[in-house]
Amino acid sequence: MTELLVGTKKGLFVLEGTPADGFEVTARAFAGEPVEYAMRDPASGRVLAAVTSAFYGPKLHYADDAGGEWAQAAGVALPEAGEQALERLWVIVAGESGRLFMGGDPGVLFESDDGGATWSLVRSLWEHPTRPDWQPGGGGLCLHSIVPWPGEPEKLALAMSAVGVWLTDDGLRTWRHGNEGIRPRYVPEDAEPGMALCVHDLHRAAARPERMFMQFHGGVYRSDDAGASWTDIGAGLPSDFGFPMVLDPADPDSAYVIPLEADMDRVTPGGQVRVYETRDAGATWSARGDGLPAEHAYLTILRQAFDRAGSGDALELYFGSTSGAVFGSGDAGRSWSAVAEHLPPVYSVRTA
Amino acid sequence: MHATTMTTVRLREPLRRLAGGRADHALEGATVADVLAALEREQPALAGWILDERGRLRRHINVYVSGERGAGDTPVGPEDRVDVLPAISGGA
Repeated sequence: MTELLVGTKKGLFVLEGTPADGFEVTARAFAGEPVEYAMRDPASGRVLAAVTSAFYGPKLHYADDAGGEWAQAAGVALPEAGEQALERLWVIVAGESGRLFMGGDPGVLFESDDGGATWSLVRSLWEHPTRPDWQPGGGGLCLHSIVPWPGEPEKLALAMSAVGVWLTDDGLRTWRHGNEGIRPRYVPEDAEPGMALCVHDLHRAAARPERMFMQFHGGVYRSDDAGASWTDIGAGLPSDFGFPMVLDPADPDSAYVIPLEADMDRVTPGGQVRVYETRDAGATWSARGDGLPAEHAYLTILRQAFDRAGSGDALELYFGSTSGAVFGSGDAGRSWSAVAEHLPPVYSVRTA
Repeated sequence: MHATTMTTVRLREPLRRLAGGRADHALEGATVADVLAALEREQPALAGWILDERGRLRRHINVYVSGERGAGDTPVGPEDRVDVLPAISGGA
Protein backbone atom coordinates (compact mmCIF):
# COMPACT_ATOMS: atom_id res chain seq x y z
CA MET A 1 0.00 0.00 0.00
CA THR A 2 1.34 3.39 -0.99
CA GLU A 3 0.18 6.68 0.49
CA LEU A 4 0.11 9.70 -1.79
CA LEU A 5 -0.02 13.19 -0.33
CA VAL A 6 -1.34 15.42 -3.07
CA GLY A 7 -1.19 19.17 -2.51
CA THR A 8 -3.70 21.02 -4.66
CA LYS A 9 -5.11 24.47 -5.23
CA LYS A 10 -8.07 23.44 -3.07
CA GLY A 11 -6.63 21.47 -0.23
CA LEU A 12 -4.59 18.40 0.64
CA PHE A 13 -5.78 15.03 -0.60
CA VAL A 14 -4.53 11.74 0.83
CA LEU A 15 -4.82 8.75 -1.49
CA GLU A 16 -4.05 5.17 -0.59
CA GLY A 17 -3.73 2.14 -2.81
CA THR A 18 -1.50 0.42 -5.32
CA PRO A 19 -0.96 0.94 -9.04
CA ALA A 20 -2.42 -2.54 -9.68
CA ASP A 21 -5.55 -2.21 -7.56
CA GLY A 22 -6.17 1.51 -7.78
CA PHE A 23 -6.28 4.31 -5.25
CA GLU A 24 -8.97 5.94 -3.17
CA VAL A 25 -9.10 9.30 -1.44
CA THR A 26 -8.92 8.65 2.30
CA ALA A 27 -8.71 12.22 3.60
CA ARG A 28 -9.00 15.85 2.54
CA ALA A 29 -7.63 18.67 4.68
CA PHE A 30 -7.46 22.48 4.30
CA ALA A 31 -10.50 22.48 2.02
CA GLY A 32 -10.41 25.50 -0.25
CA GLU A 33 -6.87 26.47 0.69
CA PRO A 34 -3.84 26.18 -1.59
CA VAL A 35 -1.59 23.40 -0.29
CA GLU A 36 1.69 24.01 -2.05
CA TYR A 37 3.49 21.00 -0.62
CA ALA A 38 2.88 18.12 1.77
CA MET A 39 5.05 15.25 2.92
CA ARG A 40 5.24 12.67 5.69
CA ASP A 41 8.35 12.98 7.84
CA PRO A 42 9.89 9.49 7.99
CA ALA A 43 11.41 10.13 11.42
CA SER A 44 8.40 11.45 13.34
CA GLY A 45 5.67 9.96 11.15
CA ARG A 46 3.96 13.35 11.00
CA VAL A 47 2.36 14.82 7.92
CA LEU A 48 3.54 18.36 7.20
CA ALA A 49 1.55 20.64 4.91
CA ALA A 50 2.58 24.04 3.57
CA VAL A 51 -0.53 26.15 3.10
CA THR A 52 -0.17 29.49 1.37
CA SER A 53 -3.41 31.37 1.86
CA ALA A 54 -3.78 34.34 -0.45
CA PHE A 55 -5.23 36.18 2.53
CA TYR A 56 -3.24 35.09 5.55
CA GLY A 57 0.18 34.25 4.10
CA PRO A 58 2.24 31.07 4.17
CA LYS A 59 1.81 28.74 7.13
CA LEU A 60 3.13 25.28 7.92
CA HIS A 61 0.87 22.82 9.70
CA TYR A 62 1.56 19.33 11.04
CA ALA A 63 -0.53 16.39 12.17
CA ASP A 64 -0.11 12.74 13.06
CA ASP A 65 -3.16 11.94 10.95
CA ALA A 66 -4.06 14.07 7.93
CA GLY A 67 -7.73 13.55 8.73
CA GLY A 68 -7.29 14.63 12.35
CA GLU A 69 -6.18 17.72 14.24
CA TRP A 70 -3.53 19.97 12.76
CA ALA A 71 -1.22 22.33 14.63
CA GLN A 72 0.54 25.39 13.21
CA ALA A 73 4.33 25.21 13.27
CA ALA A 74 6.27 27.99 14.98
CA GLY A 75 9.15 30.00 13.64
CA VAL A 76 8.11 29.94 9.98
CA ALA A 77 8.71 33.65 9.34
CA LEU A 78 11.44 36.08 8.44
CA PRO A 79 12.94 38.42 11.05
CA GLU A 80 10.41 40.97 12.26
CA ALA A 81 10.52 44.59 11.16
CA GLY A 82 12.75 43.77 8.18
CA GLU A 83 12.28 44.70 4.56
CA GLN A 84 10.89 41.36 3.41
CA ALA A 85 8.11 38.95 4.30
CA LEU A 86 7.90 35.22 3.70
CA GLU A 87 5.93 34.76 0.47
CA ARG A 88 5.60 31.03 0.01
CA LEU A 89 6.85 27.62 1.15
CA TRP A 90 8.10 25.39 -1.64
CA VAL A 91 9.57 22.19 -0.29
CA ILE A 92 10.20 20.15 2.87
CA VAL A 93 12.94 17.52 2.88
CA ALA A 94 14.07 15.04 5.52
CA GLY A 95 17.80 15.26 6.16
CA GLU A 96 20.12 13.17 8.28
CA SER A 97 19.46 12.34 11.97
CA GLY A 98 15.80 13.35 11.86
CA ARG A 99 16.47 16.96 10.85
CA LEU A 100 14.01 18.58 8.48
CA PHE A 101 14.74 21.34 5.99
CA MET A 102 12.24 23.64 4.34
CA GLY A 103 12.74 26.03 1.46
CA GLY A 104 10.70 29.05 0.53
CA ASP A 105 10.42 32.41 -1.16
CA PRO A 106 12.37 34.77 -0.97
CA GLY A 107 15.22 32.26 -1.25
CA VAL A 108 15.11 31.13 2.37
CA LEU A 109 15.99 27.92 4.18
CA PHE A 110 14.57 26.78 7.53
CA GLU A 111 15.58 23.81 9.67
CA SER A 112 13.76 21.86 12.37
CA ASP A 113 15.02 19.31 14.87
CA ASP A 114 11.68 18.48 16.47
CA GLY A 115 9.75 16.91 13.63
CA GLY A 116 8.57 20.19 12.16
CA ALA A 117 6.90 21.74 15.21
CA THR A 118 9.40 24.61 15.45
CA TRP A 119 11.72 26.01 12.82
CA SER A 120 14.65 28.37 12.63
CA LEU A 121 15.86 30.43 9.71
CA VAL A 122 19.29 29.44 8.38
CA ARG A 123 21.05 32.76 8.85
CA SER A 124 24.12 31.96 6.78
CA LEU A 125 21.96 31.89 3.64
CA TRP A 126 19.62 34.69 4.73
CA GLU A 127 22.59 36.97 5.36
CA HIS A 128 24.66 35.83 2.38
CA PRO A 129 26.53 38.86 1.02
CA THR A 130 25.38 38.19 -2.56
CA ARG A 131 21.67 38.22 -1.62
CA PRO A 132 21.07 41.79 -2.91
CA ASP A 133 21.93 40.48 -6.39
CA TRP A 134 19.54 37.52 -6.31
CA GLN A 135 16.80 37.68 -8.94
CA PRO A 136 13.52 35.74 -8.87
CA GLY A 137 12.29 33.37 -11.55
CA GLY A 138 8.73 33.29 -12.85
CA GLY A 139 7.54 31.59 -9.68
CA GLY A 140 9.31 33.99 -7.38
CA LEU A 141 12.65 33.74 -5.60
CA CYS A 142 11.99 30.16 -4.70
CA LEU A 143 14.25 27.75 -2.88
CA HIS A 144 12.69 24.59 -4.24
CA SER A 145 15.34 21.85 -4.06
CA ILE A 146 17.10 20.65 -0.91
CA VAL A 147 19.42 17.68 -1.40
CA PRO A 148 21.08 16.02 1.59
CA TRP A 149 24.07 13.69 1.27
CA PRO A 150 23.31 10.25 2.73
CA GLY A 151 25.33 9.68 5.90
CA GLU A 152 27.05 13.08 5.81
CA PRO A 153 24.94 15.69 7.60
CA GLU A 154 27.51 18.44 7.04
CA LYS A 155 26.86 18.36 3.30
CA LEU A 156 23.84 19.82 1.57
CA ALA A 157 22.99 21.09 -1.90
CA LEU A 158 20.28 23.63 -2.67
CA ALA A 159 18.79 25.03 -5.84
CA MET A 160 16.92 28.26 -6.28
CA SER A 161 15.17 30.02 -9.10
CA ALA A 162 16.92 31.92 -10.37
CA VAL A 163 20.07 31.82 -8.25
CA GLY A 164 21.51 28.47 -9.31
CA VAL A 165 22.98 25.68 -7.21
CA TRP A 166 24.44 26.25 -3.76
CA LEU A 167 26.65 23.79 -1.90
CA THR A 168 27.79 23.53 1.70
CA ASP A 169 30.03 20.93 3.31
CA ASP A 170 30.45 22.55 6.71
CA GLY A 171 26.99 22.15 8.18
CA LEU A 172 25.35 25.22 6.61
CA ARG A 173 28.03 27.67 7.77
CA THR A 174 29.37 28.63 4.35
CA TRP A 175 28.00 28.32 0.83
CA ARG A 176 29.54 28.17 -2.61
CA HIS A 177 28.11 28.02 -6.11
CA GLY A 178 27.88 24.84 -8.16
CA ASN A 179 27.10 26.28 -11.58
CA GLU A 180 30.03 25.49 -13.87
CA GLY A 181 28.89 24.24 -17.26
CA ILE A 182 25.30 25.46 -17.07
CA ARG A 183 24.45 27.37 -20.24
CA PRO A 184 21.18 29.32 -20.02
CA ARG A 185 19.55 30.08 -23.36
CA TYR A 186 17.63 33.02 -21.93
CA VAL A 187 20.72 35.24 -22.00
CA PRO A 188 22.86 36.03 -25.08
CA GLU A 189 25.64 33.52 -25.76
CA ASP A 190 28.32 36.11 -25.14
CA ALA A 191 26.74 37.36 -21.93
CA GLU A 192 27.84 36.25 -18.51
CA PRO A 193 24.75 34.94 -16.70
CA GLY A 194 26.32 35.29 -13.29
CA MET A 195 24.01 33.85 -10.68
CA ALA A 196 20.85 34.26 -12.80
CA LEU A 197 20.45 30.52 -13.28
CA CYS A 198 16.93 29.13 -13.23
CA VAL A 199 17.31 25.60 -11.92
CA HIS A 200 13.96 23.80 -11.92
CA ASP A 201 14.77 20.66 -9.94
CA LEU A 202 17.84 19.02 -8.41
CA HIS A 203 18.44 15.42 -7.26
CA ARG A 204 21.26 13.22 -6.00
CA ALA A 205 21.82 9.55 -6.92
CA ALA A 206 21.47 7.75 -3.59
CA ALA A 207 23.83 4.91 -4.54
CA ARG A 208 26.51 7.31 -5.83
CA PRO A 209 26.09 10.59 -3.94
CA GLU A 210 28.60 12.60 -5.94
CA ARG A 211 26.34 12.15 -8.97
CA MET A 212 23.52 14.63 -9.34
CA PHE A 213 20.90 15.38 -11.97
CA MET A 214 19.24 18.68 -12.76
CA GLN A 215 16.27 19.83 -14.77
CA PHE A 216 17.10 23.36 -15.86
CA HIS A 217 15.02 26.08 -17.51
CA GLY A 218 15.93 24.62 -20.89
CA GLY A 219 18.45 21.85 -20.39
CA VAL A 220 18.87 18.62 -18.46
CA TYR A 221 22.24 18.24 -16.75
CA ARG A 222 24.34 15.68 -14.88
CA SER A 223 27.13 16.29 -12.41
CA ASP A 224 29.67 13.66 -11.37
CA ASP A 225 31.50 15.93 -8.92
CA ALA A 226 28.81 16.60 -6.32
CA GLY A 227 27.32 19.55 -8.14
CA ALA A 228 30.45 21.56 -8.79
CA SER A 229 30.18 21.25 -12.59
CA TRP A 230 27.53 20.12 -15.03
CA THR A 231 27.22 18.36 -18.41
CA ASP A 232 24.18 18.78 -20.65
CA ILE A 233 22.42 15.43 -21.19
CA GLY A 234 19.23 16.75 -22.82
CA ALA A 235 19.93 15.46 -26.33
CA GLY A 236 17.38 12.83 -27.29
CA LEU A 237 14.46 14.38 -25.42
CA PRO A 238 11.56 15.91 -27.37
CA SER A 239 12.15 19.02 -25.29
CA ASP A 240 14.67 19.76 -22.58
CA PHE A 241 12.24 22.12 -20.85
CA GLY A 242 10.31 20.79 -17.89
CA PHE A 243 10.11 20.95 -14.14
CA PRO A 244 10.20 17.78 -12.03
CA MET A 245 12.66 14.94 -12.03
CA VAL A 246 12.83 11.57 -10.24
CA LEU A 247 15.70 9.10 -9.80
CA ASP A 248 15.63 5.38 -9.07
CA PRO A 249 17.64 5.10 -5.84
CA ALA A 250 18.87 1.64 -6.86
CA ASP A 251 20.46 2.89 -10.09
CA PRO A 252 22.80 5.89 -10.14
CA ASP A 253 22.55 5.99 -13.94
CA SER A 254 18.79 6.54 -13.86
CA ALA A 255 16.63 9.62 -14.19
CA TYR A 256 13.05 10.33 -15.21
CA VAL A 257 11.82 13.65 -16.59
CA ILE A 258 8.50 14.89 -17.97
CA PRO A 259 9.27 17.23 -20.87
CA LEU A 260 7.03 20.18 -21.63
CA GLU A 261 6.89 21.79 -25.05
CA ALA A 262 8.88 24.92 -24.25
CA ASP A 263 9.33 27.86 -21.96
CA MET A 264 6.58 29.72 -23.80
CA ASP A 265 4.24 26.70 -24.09
CA ARG A 266 4.36 24.71 -20.90
CA VAL A 267 2.29 21.69 -21.90
CA THR A 268 3.12 18.10 -22.78
CA PRO A 269 4.59 18.14 -26.31
CA GLY A 270 2.55 17.05 -29.28
CA GLY A 271 -0.54 16.49 -27.15
CA GLN A 272 1.04 13.34 -25.70
CA VAL A 273 1.81 12.70 -22.05
CA ARG A 274 5.08 10.85 -21.78
CA VAL A 275 7.68 10.33 -19.12
CA TYR A 276 11.26 9.92 -20.38
CA GLU A 277 13.70 7.56 -18.74
CA THR A 278 17.45 7.20 -18.96
CA ARG A 279 19.36 4.22 -17.58
CA ASP A 280 22.73 5.27 -18.94
CA ALA A 281 23.21 8.57 -17.11
CA GLY A 282 21.65 10.61 -19.89
CA ALA A 283 23.37 9.16 -22.97
CA THR A 284 19.99 7.98 -24.26
CA TRP A 285 16.36 8.55 -23.32
CA SER A 286 13.32 6.32 -23.80
CA ALA A 287 9.67 7.39 -23.85
CA ARG A 288 7.47 5.76 -21.22
CA GLY A 289 3.86 6.41 -22.06
CA ASP A 290 1.97 3.13 -22.09
CA GLY A 291 -1.36 3.94 -20.46
CA LEU A 292 -0.87 7.72 -20.44
CA PRO A 293 -3.05 10.08 -22.54
CA ALA A 294 -1.66 10.04 -26.06
CA GLU A 295 -3.94 12.34 -28.05
CA HIS A 296 -4.95 15.97 -27.54
CA ALA A 297 -3.54 15.86 -24.02
CA TYR A 298 -1.97 19.19 -23.07
CA LEU A 299 -1.00 18.78 -19.45
CA THR A 300 1.22 20.88 -17.22
CA ILE A 301 3.17 19.07 -14.52
CA LEU A 302 4.59 21.36 -11.87
CA ARG A 303 7.93 21.20 -10.12
CA GLN A 304 6.89 19.26 -7.01
CA ALA A 305 4.26 17.07 -8.67
CA PHE A 306 6.38 13.96 -9.45
CA ASP A 307 7.67 11.40 -6.95
CA ARG A 308 8.60 7.78 -6.51
CA ALA A 309 8.30 4.94 -4.02
CA GLY A 310 10.41 1.80 -3.88
CA SER A 311 13.30 1.13 -6.24
CA GLY A 312 14.59 -1.13 -8.98
CA ASP A 313 12.03 -3.25 -10.78
CA ALA A 314 9.46 -2.35 -8.09
CA LEU A 315 9.97 1.37 -8.58
CA GLU A 316 6.63 3.19 -8.38
CA LEU A 317 6.23 6.56 -10.11
CA TYR A 318 3.46 9.11 -9.58
CA PHE A 319 2.80 12.53 -11.07
CA GLY A 320 -0.07 15.00 -11.08
CA SER A 321 -1.15 17.73 -13.48
CA THR A 322 -2.66 21.16 -13.16
CA SER A 323 -5.76 19.70 -14.83
CA GLY A 324 -6.32 17.55 -11.74
CA ALA A 325 -5.22 14.12 -12.91
CA VAL A 326 -2.73 11.91 -11.07
CA PHE A 327 -1.05 9.01 -12.87
CA GLY A 328 0.90 6.10 -11.43
CA SER A 329 3.20 3.30 -12.51
CA GLY A 330 4.11 0.25 -10.46
CA ASP A 331 6.73 -1.09 -12.87
CA ALA A 332 9.31 1.67 -13.18
CA GLY A 333 7.37 3.50 -15.88
CA ARG A 334 6.72 0.65 -18.31
CA SER A 335 2.94 0.94 -17.81
CA TRP A 336 0.75 3.64 -16.33
CA SER A 337 -2.80 4.10 -15.06
CA ALA A 338 -4.89 6.95 -13.68
CA VAL A 339 -4.72 7.21 -9.90
CA ALA A 340 -7.20 10.11 -9.75
CA GLU A 341 -8.79 12.07 -12.56
CA HIS A 342 -10.72 14.99 -11.15
CA LEU A 343 -8.77 16.58 -8.35
CA PRO A 344 -8.18 20.35 -8.21
CA PRO A 345 -5.01 21.60 -9.92
CA VAL A 346 -2.16 19.52 -8.51
CA TYR A 347 0.75 21.43 -6.98
CA SER A 348 2.65 18.57 -5.36
CA VAL A 349 2.74 14.78 -5.12
CA ARG A 350 4.73 13.00 -2.42
CA THR A 351 4.72 9.33 -1.51
CA ALA A 352 4.86 7.82 1.95
CA MET B 1 -7.94 51.48 30.78
CA HIS B 2 -11.54 50.32 30.59
CA ALA B 3 -12.50 48.36 27.50
CA THR B 4 -15.13 50.91 26.43
CA THR B 5 -12.41 53.53 25.83
CA MET B 6 -10.58 51.24 23.42
CA THR B 7 -10.99 50.53 19.74
CA THR B 8 -12.91 47.37 18.92
CA VAL B 9 -11.41 44.98 16.38
CA ARG B 10 -13.95 42.59 14.90
CA LEU B 11 -12.84 39.29 13.37
CA ARG B 12 -14.46 36.64 11.22
CA GLU B 13 -13.42 33.04 10.69
CA PRO B 14 -10.78 31.68 10.59
CA LEU B 15 -9.24 34.59 12.50
CA ARG B 16 -11.95 34.47 15.17
CA ARG B 17 -11.12 30.83 15.93
CA LEU B 18 -7.43 31.69 16.31
CA ALA B 19 -8.39 34.53 18.66
CA GLY B 20 -9.94 32.27 21.23
CA GLY B 21 -13.27 32.01 19.42
CA ARG B 22 -14.12 35.65 20.20
CA ALA B 23 -15.11 38.09 17.44
CA ASP B 24 -14.71 41.43 19.25
CA HIS B 25 -11.47 42.53 20.86
CA ALA B 26 -11.01 45.86 22.66
CA LEU B 27 -7.53 47.21 22.07
CA GLU B 28 -5.46 50.32 22.50
CA GLY B 29 -3.68 52.10 19.70
CA ALA B 30 -3.59 55.27 17.63
CA THR B 31 -3.78 53.63 14.20
CA VAL B 32 -5.13 50.48 12.58
CA ALA B 33 -1.63 49.00 12.54
CA ASP B 34 -1.24 49.79 16.24
CA VAL B 35 -4.42 48.04 17.32
CA LEU B 36 -3.74 45.05 15.07
CA ALA B 37 -0.24 44.73 16.53
CA ALA B 38 -1.81 44.88 20.00
CA LEU B 39 -4.26 42.19 18.93
CA GLU B 40 -1.40 39.93 17.82
CA ARG B 41 0.35 40.46 21.15
CA GLU B 42 -2.82 39.61 23.05
CA GLN B 43 -3.65 36.65 20.81
CA PRO B 44 -0.31 35.10 19.80
CA ALA B 45 -1.96 32.47 17.60
CA LEU B 46 -2.89 35.32 15.25
CA ALA B 47 0.72 36.40 14.79
CA GLY B 48 1.50 36.61 11.08
CA TRP B 49 -2.07 36.14 9.90
CA ILE B 50 -3.13 39.79 9.49
CA LEU B 51 0.20 41.63 9.57
CA ASP B 52 3.32 40.23 7.95
CA GLU B 53 6.80 40.21 9.46
CA ARG B 54 7.26 43.83 8.42
CA GLY B 55 4.20 44.86 10.37
CA ARG B 56 2.31 45.59 7.15
CA LEU B 57 -1.25 44.54 6.43
CA ARG B 58 -1.23 41.48 4.19
CA ARG B 59 -2.02 42.31 0.56
CA HIS B 60 -5.42 40.65 0.44
CA ILE B 61 -6.68 41.69 3.85
CA ASN B 62 -9.11 44.62 3.96
CA VAL B 63 -9.81 46.73 7.00
CA TYR B 64 -12.80 48.96 7.53
CA VAL B 65 -12.81 51.63 10.25
CA SER B 66 -16.39 52.16 11.37
CA GLY B 67 -17.64 51.24 7.91
CA GLU B 68 -15.04 53.13 5.84
CA ARG B 69 -12.15 51.44 4.03
CA GLY B 70 -8.97 51.98 5.99
CA ALA B 71 -5.29 51.15 5.86
CA GLY B 72 -2.52 50.51 8.35
CA ASP B 73 -1.96 54.20 9.01
CA THR B 74 -5.64 55.13 9.40
CA PRO B 75 -6.17 56.81 12.80
CA VAL B 76 -8.58 55.11 15.15
CA GLY B 77 -10.36 56.28 18.28
CA PRO B 78 -12.27 54.76 21.16
CA GLU B 79 -15.58 54.81 19.33
CA ASP B 80 -14.25 53.07 16.26
CA ARG B 81 -14.78 49.50 15.18
CA VAL B 82 -12.12 47.93 12.93
CA ASP B 83 -13.47 45.08 10.80
CA VAL B 84 -10.84 42.71 9.39
CA LEU B 85 -11.99 40.93 6.24
CA PRO B 86 -10.49 38.83 3.46
CA ALA B 87 -10.49 40.83 0.21
CA ILE B 88 -12.24 39.44 -2.84
CA SER B 89 -9.00 40.20 -4.72
CA GLY B 90 -7.38 37.22 -3.00
CA GLY B 91 -9.98 34.70 -4.10
CA ALA B 92 -9.28 32.03 -6.68
